[in-house]
Parts: sequence; structure tokens; C-alpha cells
Amino acid sequence: MGQTYFNEMYESGEIRLPYAQLESWQRDMPSELRNLKQAEAEALFRRIGITFAVYGEGGDPDRLIPFDMFPRVFTHTEWARLERGIKQRARALNAFLCDVYNRGEIVKAGKIPARLVYQNEAYEKAVAGFRPPKSVYSHIVGIDLVRTGPDEFFVLEDNCRTPSGVSYMLENREIMMRMFPQLFQENRIAPVERYPEVLRRTLASVAPEKCDDRPNVVILTPGHFNSAYYEHSFLADLMGIELVEGADLYVDGDFCWMRTTEGPKKVDVIYRRIDDAFLDPLCFRPDSMLGIPGLMNVYRSGGVSIASAPGAGVADDKAIYTFVPDMVRFYLGEEPILKNVPTWQCGKPDDFKYVMENLAELVVKEVHGSGGYGMLIGPRSTKAEVEAFAAKITAKPENYIAQPTLALSTCPTFVKDGIAPRHVDLRPFCLVGEQIELVPGGLTRVALTEGSLVVNSSQGGGVKDTWILAE
Amino acid sequence: MLSRTAENLFWLARYLERAETMARLVELGTRIQLMPDAGEGFRNEWDSILQASGTGNDFGRKYGDPGERNMVSYLFFDRDNPSSVSSCLMAARENARIVRTALTAPVWDALNSSYQELKDLQRMPRSELDVSELTEWTARQTALVHGAMATTMLRNDGYDFLNLGYYLERADNTARLLDVKYYVLLPDAGYVGSGLDNYQWTVILRAMQMHRAFHWAYGGDVTAAKIVDMLILNPQCPRSLMATLLGANEHLDRLARGYKTSTKAQTKARGLLAEMMEAQVSDIFEEGLHEFLARYITEVAELGSVVHQSYLRGVAH
Repeated sequence: MGQTYFNEMYESGEIRLPYAQLESWQRDMPSELRNLKQAEAEALFRRIGITFAVYGEGGDPDRLIPFDMFPRVFTHTEWARLERGIKQRARALNAFLCDVYNRGEIVKAGKIPARLVYQNEAYEKAVAGFRPPKSVYSHIVGIDLVRTGPDEFFVLEDNCRTPSGVSYMLENREIMMRMFPQLFQENRIAPVERYPEVLRRTLASVAPEKCDDRPNVVILTPGHFNSAYYEHSFLADLMGIELVEGADLYVDGDFCWMRTTEGPKKVDVIYRRIDDAFLDPLCFRPDSMLGIPGLMNVYRSGGVSIASAPGAGVADDKAIYTFVPDMVRFYLGEEPILKNVPTWQCGKPDDFKYVMENLAELVVKEVHGSGGYGMLIGPRSTKAEVEAFAAKITAKPENYIAQPTLALSTCPTFVKDGIAPRHVDLRPFCLVGEQIELVPGGLTRVALTEGSLVVNSSQGGGVKDTWILAE
Repeated sequence: MLSRTAENLFWLARYLERAETMARLVELGTRIQLMPDAGEGFRNEWDSILQASGTGNDFGRKYGDPGERNMVSYLFFDRDNPSSVSSCLMAARENARIVRTALTAPVWDALNSSYQELKDLQRMPRSELDVSELTEWTARQTALVHGAMATTMLRNDGYDFLNLGYYLERADNTARLLDVKYYVLLPDAGYVGSGLDNYQWTVILRAMQMHRAFHWAYGGDVTAAKIVDMLILNPQCPRSLMATLLGANEHLDRLARGYKTSTKAQTKARGLLAEMMEAQVSDIFEEGLHEFLARYITEVAELGSVVHQSYLRGVAH
């Protein structure tokens, strides 16, 4: 392909400053020691039980997400700009949600087509007109970023519902500190361990007005068969709150209660890690065995807060994504700090034509897809694959968007004999409650296969510790 | 705490105890094999073990021939047998995984490590595995978990539910082991008091790791009366029904004090303990050992369900 990629450590033969210490660190590490450390890291992950449960595919249900010991590093200045951009975006997304569930000014102003909002599958009519505490809808915003140059960052997608992966951010750091304490003495790395405390405070800050005591905050999980169950229990533990399943909760009168050994206890804030559809069978899916019947009534009458708010998904839809820069301008009167990746909507005739003509150069994604499934990476696909995908797009154009194949930056990664550049992305987690906070760090995902651009853990991606150097 | 969490802790302990009992049964089976024949040869002996494990019918369907190799496969490794050592250890770990937040890191570590070791054992050729070693391995794993619990866990309600599970399961298991001895192992009542009878008692004591303790506590010949006293009435014996009832009562009382309210579970447990306090060895034989044990097993199961109703359903007391 002959494409050049921005290497975050080596720039035209020179070592970039944030990586200065790491060069000698990896150079002086004998390969036996490296193998030993890698085995040690894996054993630690297994022992702590940080596995990514994949059921129903055969094989070991407890899989490890491969951990690469070579850290990814940002300078303080780089991060400061990202931080401003991420917070700005999180504010705009929440303003958008508040708007479309109330007055709909942005639609009336003609900035976003009404159809994309109100006909959107993720738009919940059931909460229209209701304003949650502090007008926050998406309390944990995960913004997926990619880098293409020293100062070039793009937002790949927003995650306004229940972004996962934060447990890896915390555990990767924990394990690195355990294995390489000297690195943390030599470098001034901003700590991430405040995250659970900030999350707890954020959730407590959106307790309903009816709550007159210390808010009882819980995490709602689909259960231990869920692939992210480890993360749910890990966060509950670090925050010192209960991890509940649907069957542990019930509605009685104006409130939601949990079943305890001492009888019922009122619940004030639910950090749910389940989809809208499974919250309340009376409201969403009468056929569902999951969920808490009557929960939405309690929610709408201000008896309980739900984070993220039901319906928050309308803001992170891939079709809405294109309009986020407009949201920033419309609601905040600011210029967006973070850029969007140029995106073609296959549902628009002009865009469709362009996409079909340039399919071999583009990345095409399903509007509602996730996890790196159901997508086409043009330059990496065979002619037959491209043609097969073209047929799928033609059949249902509005279901697809296309983006240029980005030259994702690379970060040195340990491979069999030494280090080699591998493509990475970044997901920081922005917390929105009474205040907007961002812990300095995030989850770096790395495509471990040479040349691969797919970083999803379900498709052979790994993770790295992500350092933000202190000033 | 969440009712479901309490329930998971309760079952985690029950599965652990059951795993240990199953391993001891396998050991018991191989030891009985070494005894002089008393009936229909090895089939009879292994059948008694299967009956004690409560899973006899399923075994027949899958394996047919109850030779030692098949028995070890079935009682130790078979995941289709819900009571096999493997199934119990995996269920214990799964329960623990669900309630990670209610356990300390060392407890989880011990459970998770035994799970990892178990997977290694499962991969080894059966011919390289020695039954006594498997039993010892199981006892060591459960001891490690209990040790981690005893030394690192907060003495809160979770600790009480864990121990309740442990005592109720142990009460049930001891009663079943005793019952097997009397009504399954011995060909007919004519053998009571015979050399075979006494030899079998010794084997049972050995399988429970109680043979040395027996001699320290009682001395002299092994007799049915002494064994019944030791395994039913003696509070010093950690596996006796008395000891398990005392333990269950202690933890129920702690719950009542902590929650500042008593439930039917406390009433039921106190009633059982009071009866046991009054009982004499002669009363038990008068009622009939089997009748006594069968009644006791039912009572313990009832106590379990009262505990469930009182605490594990999340309704107001």
C-alpha cells in the first residue's frame, strides 16, 4: 500500500520526547526477562480473574484480552488539548439529548433532520418531556479517538450508553506498577486510580430530589454470563456499592427497592450496564423476562435516577455522529476542538454514488453495528469481498456509513523478536454529573496482527497501559 | 446485604464442603475394596458409595460397570454429575465469581487457583492419577479456601451466611455417611458387632480423617456406641452433628444480633440443638440409627429452607 503511518515513538528516525525513557528500558531488557514478565502479567490477570467471558463460542469461556507491556504515552500538552475537546463534546452531546427530549430546537433550526432523531431506533418516546436530575442523560461518555499525526486526532465514535473497558484502564496500570515500579519512579505519570471515586461522586450527584438521605447507588448487570461482568463487579467493589441483577430489584409504590437479607432497601441511583430494552418489560419489551416491571414509571416520577438515561443512545448513533460538530456550535457557541472523521451517509444519493465508486478505498460500517463486526475495510479486502459488500449496501443503503481509511498511528508493541509498530486507538472515559470530570488516561486498544487496523478485543485486539505525563 | 449475594455465599460454602465429602467418598470406596468380601463383590461396595453420593442411577446409564476407574471418573471428574468434585469446585468458583465483591482477594485467589489446578488435573491421563492424591488435593484446596476465609474475612453477615452453608452441608454429609455405613455396607443386621462391622467403622473414620482423633478421645476398641457418640453427640468432633448444630446456631444468633431481629430460622435451629443436647446414645439406638439419621437429614433440610425464607428472598421479616 505504501501508506505511511505516524509512529508515536519514532519520528523520522528521532525518538519522540515522551518515549525517551522507554527506549532504554526496552533496549536493556533481555528477551528472557521480557518473556518472564509477560508470563507474569498473564498469570496476574488470570489470578485476579480479569477475563473476558465469551460464552457460546466453544473453547475456554474465560479468555484473556492480550496485554501488551509497552506503554502508550502522551505529553501533558497533548492531553490538555484532548481533555478540552472531550469535555466539550460530552457537554454538547448531553445538551443535544436534553434538547431532543424536550423542545427540539436543533431540529426546528434545521441543523439535524427530524427523521434521523425522532425515527431513530434509539429514540425513546417514553421519556420525551422528562428532564432527569441536573439535565444529564449520558453520565459516562466514552469517546473513541484515533490519531494520524502529531496534532491530528479524530473522533471515531461516541459511546453515550454504557461504554466498557474502564476496568482495563485501571488494571493495566496496576499491573504495570507491580511489574515495573522503576518506570514509575523515572517518569511522572498522572494517576488514574481516582476514577472509581469520581464515578461514585458523579452518580451520587444525580440522585433524585426525592432522595433525602445519602443516595443508595447500585450497578445493574445482566449477570455473570455477560462478557463485561468482571468490569461490573470490579467497579462495584471499588466504589463500595451493590452489584444487582434485575431480579434483585422491584418496584413498590413510588420507589424502586432491592431485596436484602434485612428486607427491602430503597435504591436511588441505578448505574445500568444493560440495554434500554431490558430495563422495564412493561415499557419496552413485554416478552422480556429481564428487567424491573414498573421501573420507568418510578423513573419518570423522579423516584429513581438511571445512568445513562433511557434513550441516551440517540446521541451516539452513527447517523447522528456526523452532526456532533454542529451540536458543539449550536449549543455551546464554540468551535469543535476534536474533529470528526469525514463520513458519507449511504442513504444520501450523492454520498451513495461516491461510496460505490470508491468502495475499495473506504471503510464501511453498519449504522447500528458494534464490535468491529459487519464492516468492510476496503483496502484490506479482496475484490470478491468488496463486491459482496456492495450488494449489501445497495439492498439497504441507509443502514451504512462510509469513512476514508484512516492512517491510524502506531505505537511500539512487543512482538516475538523485539518491538514493532502496531496500530492503536484510545478510549477515554468522561464523567458527567454536577461537574464534568476526566481522569487522565484511557484505554488504548492495539491491533496485534501486523498491518491490522481492527483493534476490537473480539477480533484479536489487545490493550496497553496509557500514560499521561504530568507537567 | 443483597439476598442474592447471601445466597451465593451460602451455596459457595455448601459446594466446597460437598466437594470434600465426594473426594472422601471416593477414598472410602477404594479402601472398602481392599476389605474382605461380604456380599456381591465390588459391585456392592461401589454401589453403596454411589447411594451415599445420591447419584447412583445416572452412573449406571452412562458407565454401566462400576470399576474403580469409572468410579473415579464419575465421582471426581464428570461434569455431567452435578455432585462430582469437579462440578462442585466449579460451582463454588462460579458462585464466588458472582459475588467477588463480597469476598476478600485471598479467598478468591484460593478458589481461582484450585480451579486452575483442577483444569490441569483434568488434562492429565487418568492412569497417572492416584486416588489418595486426588483426595488429598481436594482436602488441601478446601482447607486453603477455609483458611483464607478464617484469616481475612470481615466477621459480617456475609461471613455468617458462608458458615451457615458450610455447617448445614456438613451436618447433612456426616449423617449420610453414617447412614450408608449402617444400612448399605453391612449385608445384614446379623453382622452388627462382628469383626467386619468394626473394620468398616475404622474405614469410615479413616475416610473422615477422624481415626487418630477417635483413639485420642475414646481409646480401646472401636464400637458402634463410641462412633455414634463421636460423630453425633460429641461437640469436640468437628464433623459431629452436635458441632455442626452449635456452629449453625452461633452464626444464626450473630445474624439476629446484627440485624436486631430474630426469625423462624433461629427458633428452628435452637429447637434442633435442644433435642441434640438431651439425646443419649441409647436413645438413638432405641429409635434406630437409620430412623434417627433419616429424620435428622429431613430436619436439617427444613432448617435450610427456613433460612432461605427468612433471609434469602429479600422480604421483610
